[in-house]
Amino acid sequence: MDGTNSLRNGPDEAGNFGQFGGRFVAETLMPLILDLEAHYRAAKLDPEFKAELSDLSINYAGRPSPLYYAKRITEQLGGAKVWFKREELNHTGSHKINNCLGQILLAKRMGKTRVIAETGAGQHGVATATVCAKFDLPCTIFMGATDVERQMPNVLRMKMLGAEVRPVTAGAGTLKDAMNEALRDWVTNVDTTYYLIGTAAGPHPYPEMVRDFQSVIGTELKEQFHKAEGKLPDAVVACVGGGSNAIGTFHAFLDDASVAIYGAEAGGHGIDVENGHAASMTGGRPGVLHGNRTYLLQDKDGQILEGHSISAGLDYPGVGPEHSFLHDTKRVTYAPITDNEALEAFQLCTKLEGIIPALESAHGLALLMKVAKTMGKDQSIVLCLSGRGDKDVESVGKYLGLLK
Amino acid sequence: MSTRIATRFAALKAQNRPALVAYVMAGDPDQATGQAILDMLPQAGADIIELGMPFSDPMADGVSVQRAGQRALAAGQTLRGVLAMVEDFRRKDTTTPIVLMGYYNPIYSMGVDAFLTAAVQAGVDGLIVVDLPPEEDDELCLPAMAVGINFIRLATPTTDDQRLPVVLNNTSGFVYYVSMNGVTGAAIKSRGAVGDAVARIKGHTDLPIVVGFGIKTADDAADIGRHADGIAVGSVLVDTVGNSLLDGKPTDKTVGALRDLVADLAAGVKRARA
Ligand SMILES: Cc1ncc(COP(=O)(O)O)c(C=O)c1O
Repeated sequence: MDGTNSLRNGPDEAGNFGQFGGRFVAETLMPLILDLEAHYRAAKLDPEFKAELSDLSINYAGRPSPLYYAKRITEQLGGAKVWFKREELNHTGSHKINNCLGQILLAKRMGKTRVIAETGAGQHGVATATVCAKFDLPCTIFMGATDVERQMPNVLRMKMLGAEVRPVTAGAGTLKDAMNEALRDWVTNVDTTYYLIGTAAGPHPYPEMVRDFQSVIGTELKEQFHKAEGKLPDAVVACVGGGSNAIGTFHAFLDDASVAIYGAEAGGHGIDVENGHAASMTGGRPGVLHGNRTYLLQDKDGQILEGHSISAGLDYPGVGPEHSFLHDTKRVTYAPITDNEALEAFQLCTKLEGIIPALESAHGLALLMKVAKTMGKDQSIVLCLSGRGDKDVESVGKYLGLLK
Repeated sequence: MSTRIATRFAALKAQNRPALVAYVMAGDPDQATGQAILDMLPQAGADIIELGMPFSDPMADGVSVQRAGQRALAAGQTLRGVLAMVEDFRRKDTTTPIVLMGYYNPIYSMGVDAFLTAAVQAGVDGLIVVDLPPEEDDELCLPAMAVGINFIRLATPTTDDQRLPVVLNNTSGFVYYVSMNGVTGAAIKSRGAVGDAVARIKGHTDLPIVVGFGIKTADDAADIGRHADGIAVGSVLVDTVGNSLLDGKPTDKTVGALRDLVADLAAGVKRARA
């Protein structure tokens, strides 16, 4: 492939993936975003940066993460062979650390002395608090008040790691509101503060940069699968909140036409329930929020809806711009998974494989279960198991009636 | 073409005083009271009106403007409702400039062409859209200029001499200098720095410079207005609306409380250079 027709070349210089992306931010932030881009371009070319990131990935985060054949789920489904890319085994328990290690090195290079981040499930907050502890930078994590309640174990972890956790009560108290508040803090403290965005969304260059830091997932997966089976997988699947684990998984396969790619959106109570889901591509339309143009859940006047998902990490009315592009070009098939489907997949994975997945990842598994059944036994499908479910056991226990 | 904004600044220059730019949220606390507030502003002493277009996610605003927007949205405000208010105002006042201020998504959702056509018809003079920096000029700035609506840009303390020309290019009407790095409603840290910044920007443009963010009192208005061509006041105005409500509903004090405050601020700009 000569690259001219590649789907892997985005974004363009202005940060656009087709019509999506861009830099829709207040002027106060513009100089900083341009500066960040310049530093990122320089870092990418710097062998020292690469070496440091690689060393941290191996010795601190525990990469490469294993590729695991899920035999009992395969047998249960009776279709394609099912594999897990085990991102939940990374240090801090999810893929989020991949991005945090890259960005904290950038923050250091830029001479920033304080870090802020938004978090939904708390996994990104924990990963941020972790790298800030290691690199001795104070950090403030913005988290919706609803999420603080449903992801308490992660709130405690962040606090123990030395982070300040600021609950955000605006709106529904979920990820969107946390991001608004983080942006307000950033505008106020722009001279000193690095905003460590946790997903492949926001103003350019964040979607590209976060994707690059997460692409290690797909690159490793491709190599590991080739070693195991001598070919490409037939399908890959990931859950999509803002879309960082998904784009990290997909990117290496975008130009491999034989590989089907699936993204699971949060279908909540069902896609037909107004404001009852967080499936921005299936149930939304293009708009501009949080620095980028992308698919958004919004009313007819362009006011953003809160959405709903059982999973705090997917409970966001937008999605990264590259996914909007891949949705429009139909390279990736995005499908909604309801709360109940995710809960079922959560239990199946736990009972059959002895792996407790994050509720976010359980959405991906639920979609995989639908797809694998339609595939042949000689085919393979790989799930990015983006995180472990320790943070969710209390919430799920409540849903299942295990707690009074 | 002489616009309402240019005409107003020329008149104020002749009076040797800065403009009082008053920000209110359209339809706060409800459409009827919001209209009464808007209609009252010129007599109370506002020279230019900034009319907020409410948005669910006002990322550059502090709690005062956030709450005002929530009140307006809860009362059913829409972008078309905002334009209807301007149209109503224009039947009674053909000279006071109105600048709509807000975020891009409701405009994008309505469609830029449809929005601009309606805005021209309603009598809108300018737009301040916080999340459209020069890098996104193709979206709305250039189409707005083409139909004769001023696109007013924010310059901030982070806009250095190298970037200033980028920000000023395609800016028309006036330049809005944001007095600090922060959201609306925060406090100005250094008045001296604001004066220096205004002087710096004046070295790059002949457009009038309005300073906003953090101006709360008549003394602030007089002080900052000494060197600027205008001062913009918003958070204290919308707080005054909020504080006048009883169980979220307007009272007979709501419009009057705002009128008194605007009159006080107007006295401030009048003594700025006296
Ligand atoms: C385990 C896990 N997976 C997925 C996500 C969703 O984020 P993204 O779509 O950026 O991968 C989160 C977010 O909190 C998460 O914690």
